[in-house]
Amino acid sequence: MQEYFHGLADHVTSLLQGDEVATMNFSGEASDFVRFNHNAVRQAGVVQAQDLSVDLIRGARHAESTTVLCGIAEEDQGRLAAMIDELRARLEHVPEDPYLLYATEVQSTERMGENQLGPVEEALQAILEGGHGQDLVGIYAQGPIYRGFANSLGQRNWFSTHSFNLDWSLYLRDDKAVKSLFAGFAWEPQRLREKMESAVQQLDLLAQPAKTIEPGKYRVYLSPTALGDVAGTVGWGGFGLKSHRSKISSLLRMIEGDARFDEAVTLRENTAEGIAPNFDGKGFLKPDEVVLVEKGEFREHLVSARSAKEYGVASNGADAYEMPNSLDMSAGDVPSAEILERLGTGAYVNNLHYLNYSDRPACRITGMTRFATFWVEDGKVVAPLNVMRFDESVYRMLGENLIGLTQEREMLISSETYMGRSCESMRLPGALIDNFSFTL
Amino acid sequence: MFEGLRERFREVTPKAEFCSLRALEERNEIVSVRQNVLEPIQTYQDRGVMITVVEGGGYGYAATADLSTPGLRRAVEQARAWARRTKGRMVIDFSKIAWPHPTGDYASPVAQSWDEVPLSEKIALCKRECERLKVDERIADHAVSLWFTRSDSLFLTNEGGEVRQSIARLYPAMRVTASQGTESQTRTYKAGAICRQGGYEILERSGFLTAAPQLAEEVLALLAAPNCPSDTMDLLLAPDQLFLQIHESVGHPLELDRILGDERNYAGTSFVRPENIGTLRYGSDLMNITFDPSVNEAFASYGHDDDGAPAERQFIIEKGILKRALGSVISQSRTGIPGVANSRADGWRRPPIDRMANLNLEPGDATLEEMIGAVDRGIYMRSNNSWSIDDSRNKFQFGCEWGQLIEKGKLTTLVKNPNYRGISANFWNNLKRVGDATTVDVMGAPNCGKGEPNQIMRVGHVTPAALFAGVEVFGGD
Repeated sequence: MQEYFHGLADHVTSLLQGDEVATMNFSGEASDFVRFNHNAVRQAGVVQAQDLSVDLIRGARHAESTTVLCGIAEEDQGRLAAMIDELRARLEHVPEDPYLLYATEVQSTERMGENQLGPVEEALQAILEGGHGQDLVGIYAQGPIYRGFANSLGQRNWFSTHSFNLDWSLYLRDDKAVKSLFAGFAWEPQRLREKMESAVQQLDLLAQPAKTIEPGKYRVYLSPTALGDVAGTVGWGGFGLKSHRSKISSLLRMIEGDARFDEAVTLRENTAEGIAPNFDGKGFLKPDEVVLVEKGEFREHLVSARSAKEYGVASNGADAYEMPNSLDMSAGDVPSAEILERLGTGAYVNNLHYLNYSDRPACRITGMTRFATFWVEDGKVVAPLNVMRFDESVYRMLGENLIGLTQEREMLISSETYMGRSCESMRLPGALIDNFSFTL
Repeated sequence: MFEGLRERFREVTPKAEFCSLRALEERNEIVSVRQNVLEPIQTYQDRGVMITVVEGGGYGYAATADLSTPGLRRAVEQARAWARRTKGRMVIDFSKIAWPHPTGDYASPVAQSWDEVPLSEKIALCKRECERLKVDERIADHAVSLWFTRSDSLFLTNEGGEVRQSIARLYPAMRVTASQGTESQTRTYKAGAICRQGGYEILERSGFLTAAPQLAEEVLALLAAPNCPSDTMDLLLAPDQLFLQIHESVGHPLELDRILGDERNYAGTSFVRPENIGTLRYGSDLMNITFDPSVNEAFASYGHDDDGAPAERQFIIEKGILKRALGSVISQSRTGIPGVANSRADGWRRPPIDRMANLNLEPGDATLEEMIGAVDRGIYMRSNNSWSIDDSRNKFQFGCEWGQLIEKGKLTTLVKNPNYRGISANFWNNLKRVGDATTVDVMGAPNCGKGEPNQIMRVGHVTPAALFAGVEVFGGD
């Protein structure tokens, strides 16, 4: 696939005239998907797709377009030739773009993942066997993912990975379930068996009569997965330079005012230890890390090439939306083994659901508990908890009400597949929080 | 469009219980101006097919952009391989499904084609409207965009089914943010929910061309407004909030695949049980909900769904009683529950699943003034900006950009950060007035997420304003 992309990049370069420059972004995958319900297959199939975006640049004028590729060189070259003609015609109608910025220093890179994936039948059989007798629901995906950048100046960046991702739940009854993730690069049946057994054991805890609590303030433990939902919501416009300067950042009071998190909170965009490509859509390489929050105080924004030009600062390789791809929160000092004891009486929250801002300037977020969430009394799990709505400011959650973060962290590999399989991940500890507001 | 594809499909069609080809060619164009500067114009050309095969009761699909005969043959073999692999492992025997083999066509009503309007005119329009938003130094950000999509599809089956559909959509958006200190407020034109089928005429019909000055005035007023008070009161919702209330607390819980549990690992399940269909009192007598893929201009109108079922208007809830679910041919076969033509995919790369299309609240008999006049203490909310609901679609919370208190039958104090929360069934049973046709607006959303693998769907909601009693209302920090 890399060779195919480079061939098309060379072809586009050969079509350029005069002082025209082209930047190109390639995205592709060949994925098997199997969807399960009640430990049977609901849908199964394969998706093969590749897209190529071209930005045709002449001076400060430019025009972008994306086309799907069919994989037949002659036909794709024809599509790209037609695209270049159309973009060239469009250049006549667009003004100079004051915020255009692209890499002009050639920095080629290559990161090729080895294909260790087995036949998809092997995984299918193992999942159905592992879920035998259980109400298993979820999705399995496997196959290669490709990302590439090229420009007519000769820069070539390539990223490929061959991965699998099983995202599934075992249901006991109604909404009582245990959710699990199993992702990697080589199928390990023993690891699946271990994870399945662990989920089945948690189902036993869910079998007890569920408890409903009244709205109010409670001590809670948010697992790394639950904390990841909170961090992901903050990442939606919180860290970007453009959202800050546009005054819509949810961290505005932290960046410009006196709000802050507890000093135990340090957040980084950790590209070096994530699983995402280390180049952006304009040809800039991402630094190994960008420190977003250090010891509770805001440090650096995520800055895309466009924002860099608009606001006169250096880009740090952020994508256009300036959201983290590889968010990393530093570990704390609470041993995970002591969480129940330190929680004492309160809610042990494994998963959250459907988070959104209820007051963006205050960084206040609402959402629901979901899946295996338990009520704990005197350090012991006593009952599954019926779902509760929370509505709480992140400044309080990770600030004055933060009791501590766990020493152990989890690597959460995204199973999202909107517009294609994701290459995002997070590494987070769990968080013990006091006076957490449940509202409904 | 799709020249020779039917013939090539006939060449490669296997001997199977069912086989279909769903081809889609889609062109997207986005023109956007932010802070009076033209953003890079985005265009996206997509074209591909999904082959579906049912063989021996198993089911498989294969999606490819290679529309050549060898490409289609390869996709058929891949789909067959999955059908064989899943034989005896499916949730039901797919050979027992009565697959449609329809013929027909559909085209969006278009008065003025997007392509007839020169690019320079579209850019000039966005710039002009964007400039009109910058009325004060406190305006920190302002943007106007036009997103046009044209989708042409061809659906073929192994028994001669053939449906051609051509859909044009326009999604204009306008946003302005004002800021003072660390406080900021944003107004959007009708919550960014002017999503309609048609052409350039939508801009005028939707009021988009005259919206900017009022929007800028409103965002500055919000900046100076007090926070919404916390209380239980009557709640009057404008269409640009009510459309999402319908979407989240009526549409999703009634999708039959959720009721069947397909979505439990991702989007969630439903508080509705199969046995509730036909008997459940979902709302007050004033609640009439229709599935209507035939509404002029509505975002999700079509002739046939993505499994070929003919789309017809159906009452889903009539006088508050749940009559049928939003279930496609497959879900109907799995349950025996009556459904609708709502098997939909967001493109050729994803298989269809149960989706609401146009799900509408039918108008009642009250003018907006009559509804305001009927309130002793309440609040009028406009323009959604926050949404959240539990995985069973019960406990919801919504936020709006604009709130105005209603006291003794009159609109009074403007308040910022208005939010409300409740439980779906209780909420709809407290529906006490429904706006008449003068309050109706054609709304929609381009980005409803659901499914594994994930899909982003376009949905339409045509709705009047409506009044609800006894709702928990609150504001920001």
